[in-house]
Amino acid sequence: MAEKKKTTSPVRKARAKATSAREQAEVAEQRSNPSSPALDSRIPGGDLATLWTQYKDDLRLVAPNNKRKFKIIVIGTGLAGGSAAATLGELGYDVEVFTFHDSPRRAHSIAAQGGINAAKNYKGDGDSIHRLFYDTIKGGDYRSREANVYRLAEVSVNIIDQAAAQGVPFAREYGGLLDNRSFGGVQVSRTFYARGQTGQQLLLGAYQALMRQVHLGTVKLHTRAEMLDVVLVDGHARGVVVRDLLTGEVSSHSAHAVVLATGGYSNVFYLSTNAVACNVTAAWRAYKKGAFFANACYTQIHPTAIPQSEEFQSKLTLMSESLRNDGRIWVPEDPADKRAPDEIPEGDRDYYLERMYPAFGNLVPRDVASRAAKRMVDSGQGVGPLENGVYLDFRHAVDRLGADVIEDRYGNLFDMYERITGENPYKVPMRIYPAPHYTMGGTWVDYNLMTTIPGLYCIGEANFSDHGANRLGASALMQGLADGYFVLPYTIGDYLADHLGSKPPATEHPAFRHAERGVRDQVSMLLNIRGTRSVDWFHRELGKIVWDNCGMSRSQASLEKALSEIPALREEYYKDVRILGTGDTLNQSLEKAGRVADFFELAELMCQDALHREESCGGHFREEHQTEEGEAMRDDEGFAYVAAWEFQGEGEPATLHREQLTFDNVELKTRSYK
Amino acid sequence: MNLTLHIWRQPRPQARGEFRTYVVEDVNPDMSFLEMLDQLNEKLINDGEEPVAFDSDCREGICGTCGVMINGIPHGPQKGTATCQLHMRKFSDGDVITIEPFRAAGFPIVKDLVVNRTAFDDIIAAGGYISVDTGGAPDANLIPIPKETADLAMDAAACIGCGACVAACPNGAAQLFTAAKIAHLNLLPQGVAERSDRAEAMVETMENYFGSCTNYAECEAACPKEISIDFIALMNRDYLKAKLRNRRGG
Repeated sequence: MAEKKKTTSPVRKARAKATSAREQAEVAEQRSNPSSPALDSRIPGGDLATLWTQYKDDLRLVAPNNKRKFKIIVIGTGLAGGSAAATLGELGYDVEVFTFHDSPRRAHSIAAQGGINAAKNYKGDGDSIHRLFYDTIKGGDYRSREANVYRLAEVSVNIIDQAAAQGVPFAREYGGLLDNRSFGGVQVSRTFYARGQTGQQLLLGAYQALMRQVHLGTVKLHTRAEMLDVVLVDGHARGVVVRDLLTGEVSSHSAHAVVLATGGYSNVFYLSTNAVACNVTAAWRAYKKGAFFANACYTQIHPTAIPQSEEFQSKLTLMSESLRNDGRIWVPEDPADKRAPDEIPEGDRDYYLERMYPAFGNLVPRDVASRAAKRMVDSGQGVGPLENGVYLDFRHAVDRLGADVIEDRYGNLFDMYERITGENPYKVPMRIYPAPHYTMGGTWVDYNLMTTIPGLYCIGEANFSDHGANRLGASALMQGLADGYFVLPYTIGDYLADHLGSKPPATEHPAFRHAERGVRDQVSMLLNIRGTRSVDWFHRELGKIVWDNCGMSRSQASLEKALSEIPALREEYYKDVRILGTGDTLNQSLEKAGRVADFFELAELMCQDALHREESCGGHFREEHQTEEGEAMRDDEGFAYVAAWEFQGEGEPATLHREQLTFDNVELKTRSYK
Repeated sequence: MNLTLHIWRQPRPQARGEFRTYVVEDVNPDMSFLEMLDQLNEKLINDGEEPVAFDSDCREGICGTCGVMINGIPHGPQKGTATCQLHMRKFSDGDVITIEPFRAAGFPIVKDLVVNRTAFDDIIAAGGYISVDTGGAPDANLIPIPKETADLAMDAAACIGCGACVAACPNGAAQLFTAAKIAHLNLLPQGVAERSDRAEAMVETMENYFGSCTNYAECEAACPKEISIDFIALMNRDYLKAKLRNRRGG
């Protein structure tokens, strides 16, 4: 508990005021505390612009005739896992890939709409690798690693080349060259897109590359198979235990290395933009085996989702952020104004983003836009039947560009909006409100994308590394594919080179047997509770606690409240959850029950992480730390570090390890979009 | 609104299935169809009956996981809409709705409303890709593609692989899915080199699992992405050319 600070900071400018001697001592200790010795980030020294190239030259290689002697397990088939498995297969490794979906093409990467960034400078508007790097670092509020982010920007150009070569039908100009658009938070057009289905098309590209390898026999694909534990032998990750979701069969699979590519955990909030099956289970089971979990509280709240319309809603639907390029956001000036939007004259409208942030207007970064919307709704200016949204208005864009152009750009999004709300956004302004979307926190990894468990890698949204406290628009797809196509396939060889001649352990090894037993025990324990309430009921209750207390804004009081409520609800869960049916056929309640059990534990870590971080940054807003104008107030001296948590056993508080972030190439500035 | 549902229940792949009737009350018209089933499932769990198994994931109409027959129509009555995007305001108070799985020989039933669509993955594995290894691709702008071509390829590529086309087809054929995938790649310059082999391999894999196309066009009507059967004509042309070419020995 030593790391958890018990402060009683008054709201606003707490840090400026004198606090207890103990707190001062703790802050001083934090400032002088270098990175934890348990965390070796392996970031190479040298010039950022040539770092990755030089590093690749120094990495050890595995000869082509030896690659097939190495078995690699990949968990997840989204952009990161699908591209990694395909590439590792191409290289000649013996790959097994697992997904809990019925097909690898279902992964939630498929739902990303807007686009993918690349520093191609095809528009000649001054874009460069450095600018993409800088925007990403700044967008993440200086809580990500320079070296990782630079590498991401650097390989972004290869991703577009790769995807175009695969036949991804990116939008084109009439001359046949690739088209670009601009996205929230940046001033150049660097975003490549395929209608509003960019994630779908990039995922299908990776999926097709993967199926090619399956056909060639380099990759073995397991569908409807959920990873429920990672197995360590002599401290190294040497395999996984999976459950066949159709038969309930629990089986072990061993390998020289394991790659987790299992996405984010926004579904801890129950209502989020994530697909309903997205979960934290694989990452969480790895955490409990010793992989540190970093920045758990860093959730991105996306500003442009459709507001909740009824109590039993199962998810929130995102409207692509690209809509902010042409839509204007406003609320009625007067909270009492309940007129239909087309009856409200210009003079009675508050285009609040344009007013508050004239330089960026409707394109301010996501966290800024999200909080501004929350302020409007909290002040009573919300619109819609539940008064829980703001308008995103395309009238001016339709007047300026014509409905045809708008339809060409956003047609499928408008159709989707109309299907969900029953309103036509060509005529009536859309209603939007923020929703949990992407989690920047995740499994801690070093520069090689290896976790604190040797041989266990984590890529894509499941790791923590590239986005800091807030993710720049159109960079999630970029990271998934960068990790899978262009980073992991190089770095994993460096680890494997040490293990030439070794065979993966037999699955009869006691470590596998022990892990299998744990999985079977959990399944039968859950089935035997025979309580009175559904898994979804508990998940909804948990979600409300986390959203209200660790959501768009948090305070010490709200977090402490959540930390008392979550364990109580969890205790009730293990007494009162009702799961019907058996474990030997498809049983969707049983699947969910295991995932919700892990969400309970994760939710606590999120609150613990949020509580200790006495600053506001990115999507993480601590009410105690804000400027006079209500903007987030960072504390670079005290908190410019990654918070990596180490599991200490059931019921024990996790231990904090710090990875100090150093910035040699950018100046830490207060973000200003005014 | 209150509804009467006739739902196909089948506990295991080999078990005999049957329709069972359920009443759901107080359905909110803003709910999606799947949320209505969620509400039914909560009620079933409370009553001690195993919930109805159905597949869904993104619930945004893009992942292609969901899909059931609603009153005999794949994904239900709303044109161009996946089941997850169908909302209850499209129904009326007192409606009787029959819900059953996609039915086709190529899609064996797993449980209740869940079917196995791995045959689609086998069709992709047979040639639904461009053979390019990672990392050696030339600059993306070196191969210009006219906007019309890119747009047409995108029209085909929009397929979500849900299988509604198969379920809608009186023959249980998978022509629309396969044609969409072939057209997407064959229309692009990147895909031209493997055009013939792709068409041949994918069509023949398709035929191992599914029935024949007899041009009912029910697939197009049921497709949640409104993919055109014109692509089937393109596929047939490419397949025929591939067979002729191979007959001459390439």
